[in-house]
Amino acid sequence: MTRTWQAAPSVGHPLTRVEGLDKVTGRARYAADIALPGLVYGWVVPATIPRGRVIGIDVAATLAMPGVLAVLHPHNAPRLADIGEGTLALFQNDRVAHRGAPVALVIADTPERAREAAERTAVDYLPEPHDADFRPDHPGLYTPDHVNPNNATTTDKGDVDAAIAGAAVVVDREYRTPAQHNNAMEPHSATAVWADDRVTLYTSTQYAYTVAQSLTRLFGLAPGTMRVVSEHIGGGFGNKGAPARPDAALAVMAATLVGRPVRVTLTRPQLYPLTGYRTPTAQRVRLGADEDGRLVALEHRAASQTSRLVEFTEQTAIYSRAMYAADNLRTSHRVVALDVPTPRWMRAPGEAPGSFGLESAMDELAEACGVDPVELRLRNDTQAEPASGLPFSSRRLAECLREGARRFGWAGRDPRPAGRRDGRWWRGTGMAGAHYPARTAPTTAHVTALRSGDYVVRVAATDLGTGARTALTQLAADALEVPVTTVRVLIGDSDFGPAHGAGGSMGTASWGWPVVTACHDLAHRLASGEPLPPEGLTSTFDSTDAVGARRDLSRYAFGAHFAEVAVDVSTGEVRVPRLTGVYAVGRVVNPLTARSQLLGGMTMGLSCALLEESMMDARFGGFVNHNLADYHVATNADVGELDVAFVDDPDDELNPSGVKGLGEIGIVGVPAAIANAVWHATGVRQRELPIGPARAITSGQ
Amino acid sequence: MREFSYARARDVDAAVSLVADNPGARYLGGGTNLVDLMKLGIERPELLVDVTGLPLDEVVDDGGRLRIGALVRNSDLAAHPLVRERYPVLSQAVLNGASGQLRNVATTGGNLVQRTRCGYFTDPTMPCNKRMPGSGCPAIEGEHHNLAILGASDHCVATHPSDLAVALSALDARVGVQDLAGPHELPLEDLYRPVGDRPDLELTVRDGALLTGVSLPPLPAGTRTGYRKVRERASYAFAIGAVAAVLVVADGMVSDVRIALGAVASHPWRARIAERELRGGPATAEAFEAAAVAELDAARPLRDNAYKVPLTRDLVVAVLTELAR
Ligand SMILES: Cc1cc2nc3c(=O)[nH]c(=O)nc-3n(C[C@H](O)[C@H](O)[C@H](O)COP(=O)(O)OP(=O)(O)OC[C@H]3O[C@@H](n4cnc5c(N)ncnc54)[C@H](O)[C@@H]3O)c2cc1C
Ligand code: SF4
Repeated sequence: MTRTWQAAPSVGHPLTRVEGLDKVTGRARYAADIALPGLVYGWVVPATIPRGRVIGIDVAATLAMPGVLAVLHPHNAPRLADIGEGTLALFQNDRVAHRGAPVALVIADTPERAREAAERTAVDYLPEPHDADFRPDHPGLYTPDHVNPNNATTTDKGDVDAAIAGAAVVVDREYRTPAQHNNAMEPHSATAVWADDRVTLYTSTQYAYTVAQSLTRLFGLAPGTMRVVSEHIGGGFGNKGAPARPDAALAVMAATLVGRPVRVTLTRPQLYPLTGYRTPTAQRVRLGADEDGRLVALEHRAASQTSRLVEFTEQTAIYSRAMYAADNLRTSHRVVALDVPTPRWMRAPGEAPGSFGLESAMDELAEACGVDPVELRLRNDTQAEPASGLPFSSRRLAECLREGARRFGWAGRDPRPAGRRDGRWWRGTGMAGAHYPARTAPTTAHVTALRSGDYVVRVAATDLGTGARTALTQLAADALEVPVTTVRVLIGDSDFGPAHGAGGSMGTASWGWPVVTACHDLAHRLASGEPLPPEGLTSTFDSTDAVGARRDLSRYAFGAHFAEVAVDVSTGEVRVPRLTGVYAVGRVVNPLTARSQLLGGMTMGLSCALLEESMMDARFGGFVNHNLADYHVATNADVGELDVAFVDDPDDELNPSGVKGLGEIGIVGVPAAIANAVWHATGVRQRELPIGPARAITSGQ
Repeated sequence: MREFSYARARDVDAAVSLVADNPGARYLGGGTNLVDLMKLGIERPELLVDVTGLPLDEVVDDGGRLRIGALVRNSDLAAHPLVRERYPVLSQAVLNGASGQLRNVATTGGNLVQRTRCGYFTDPTMPCNKRMPGSGCPAIEGEHHNLAILGASDHCVATHPSDLAVALSALDARVGVQDLAGPHELPLEDLYRPVGDRPDLELTVRDGALLTGVSLPPLPAGTRTGYRKVRERASYAFAIGAVAAVLVVADGMVSDVRIALGAVASHPWRARIAERELRGGPATAEAFEAAAVAELDAARPLRDNAYKVPLTRDLVVAVLTELAR
């Protein structure tokens, strides 16, 4: 077949966001903006004890309050199917699983009245003794069957203990990371409306299709009854991932009860116990090396917490399975179930806290061996995944390290700590490696050629604000060999069929596969003269078999981060004037949105290094700083110069679009690079995050 | 959020008559603190009396004293030429607080009587002596890393969040107040009650008294002033340590000094002990440090806020050293 390009290829060009104008002019409608006739509002009544039973709710008094239409509670809530998701088994019994868990939902004609009535609803509890205190030596820590999302809990290769006993240099350290909340700008909101025997849920989710499926099972609905629409999302960072968050189930329940559309929007303080957070972690890293810093043994053990509702184990130590070569390698996880809110995915789950442990320990090893930290990592590079032995589809860590060192000006760095005083500041530099899995999941997509000459792509993808819609437009246009202006990509609708969500940095890789394949097919059909009916000609592709048929390889994106810090000698204020990130992420579909993703990731890494901490008061089982004034996310003033670069990373073993995903790798290793730089500046190791003034203040003394 | 009535005050007398003697009424300034607390259910007024239309929004020179109306917005205050020229410390303190958007609406009066940011105070499901007298103070054993090290009690260890008030304290500001008995003035320091056993009672003035403005005495020629604030992020965060200082040095000797500390107590903390130590003595880093240490001798830090003692000490030294240069 001969094909004639009607347009220059778009992939690789910095197309601005296709929905950008709608967003900046306010035309884009987010979940809580959708106007519906007859809409009423549900408000959560949260548990005020961490554990026990609800023994009474004064429903009558609440029903008598102005504007109140109904109260949902364990005695009138529909019986739900057990779908193995405790956080969605709402109002099924009188148990309180954690502080802030919904004990009732008040439905009223305005949000203000719903809120007032919910806050004045009298609930009697029978409290029970609770434990919300995560400790690395908690007696309740156990070894789970698997860790997130579906990884082995433990890997063990060689004889770590013997190798460490015989190693010339040993580093054995503990690292801690705190609980953190995703804190997307847009809060969670869900609006359910029944019409023509179907229920439509407008909600802010990263996983429209998965959420529709799970709610269908939860409510025992006939297949096809549930539709989830999630057109625009104001950030999620994992917090709007699967499973559905309670607001979605509550909206469906309430709309069913009152027979009107119901919206449930959570306030910022309500997000803290209800929508997930990153667990605190305690990690022990043991490294054994020869005098030149070549690892002979690596052990990474991690502990984290989960709730009583679900076993959710952060895959903290898996970072060490794929990073540096070590003949003797052991990684393991333990988890403890506490009377706390349920932890969930937060940007680069596993890799973000785990890389803090390993990349900090590598810096300590560099110090102990007297080897430059970049050189140390180069010496421990490998072309087969250390834990599994599988070859990498491509691994350009060394290129990232070298290019990063060059851009940052690393050469000639004096490795000695606490030697650079500049007025009130100690100055230092540090670095870390990074990787993130490059996964692809089965997805179905449709593309329709219209008689107008336009093309419509439909796939239940999500654009969290990342630019995914734009990247898919470019991939589709190139596959069709048409200008991007003729392609419209519709996403965020579960009716478009099975699709992976926006999570695990797998969106573009997963959605792009069927989009590109369906577009090729359609282009072929058109080129071979197939007639174009009035409703248009549609090609559909389901990538399940193709994804399953891939070779068994280890697929990862790689990167390297370099940081410069300044630490105030007397106040402990840490500033980061400069961060460099260099990445090997497969094909870069859109350099503009890709760069933005990495800027965002690096900023989140900086924020995680210096600022973010959700403070749990274990006596109450609740987070105390549950608002954006007290939970500090980096502001513009915290962010210095950010330098983002890519190395060429061709890889034919991925997917038809050749992408690895780059949403999360920008955060991985940044906290360690900054902590390592703080040590270089002050001479004091920072093994616990965040490195706020209270921790850094002792450094200068 | 409770439903409430809203009224715009026509003049000062009308405002006072609506709010004084009415425990369910509150003045509404910029609303940046009050409305947040209303949403959280911490404040549940029946009536809001919006005072932003009152003619208390000017900065004027009154025979050498600078008079700042209670409704001057934080941004306008910081930018005012007379403030920048005569009291740079005040301008710096305001600009170190909150964000541009908040400063555009926040008022001088509202800033001085804003409530603490203690996390237990702002969560109605938690005990808190300040919000619910007698319910206990969970912060003492709990999350208190940014709470008080000076002047606290067993009943409350909250801090006052204002930056502006710290600078005003160092400038010996007086506060204009009007209640049903009429207008009067008092030193800013006397506006705040010591914590004692009633942390819910924060002010010395009568309930429903309207703050009408603040006034500042002139500073002698050669006075240098400065503000430095430490916070956990580079911008848009409350202080974990703050120092406002006014210093006059002649021939290497301190002829006058006034120091106020922020983020250490339930109100701006005038460092009188340090001032006494310094007055008439040498203006050296050693003297500054000795004075700061003497002041902080009274500090009673809790488990997680002991870092504030060296932080505040070093900040005092850094600010005074800079001013003495
Ligand atoms: C996210 C955030 C960050 C912030 N960061 C800082 C910071 O870093 N530094 C800082 O100093 N502040 C900070 N603030 C606080 C902010 O400065 C105050 O909220 C603001 O100054 C209050 O002024 P307002 O006019 O909005 O007061 P309002 O909210 O209107 O009122 C506050 C209180 O004062 C009373 N009141 C108002 N006017 C009068 C009057 N004339 N007489 C008597 N009573 C009156 C009200 O009844 C109410 O009780 C921050 C606030 C937020 C929300
Ligand atoms: S410190 Fe004061 S405001 Fe905070 S909990 Fe204790 S009593 Fe309440």
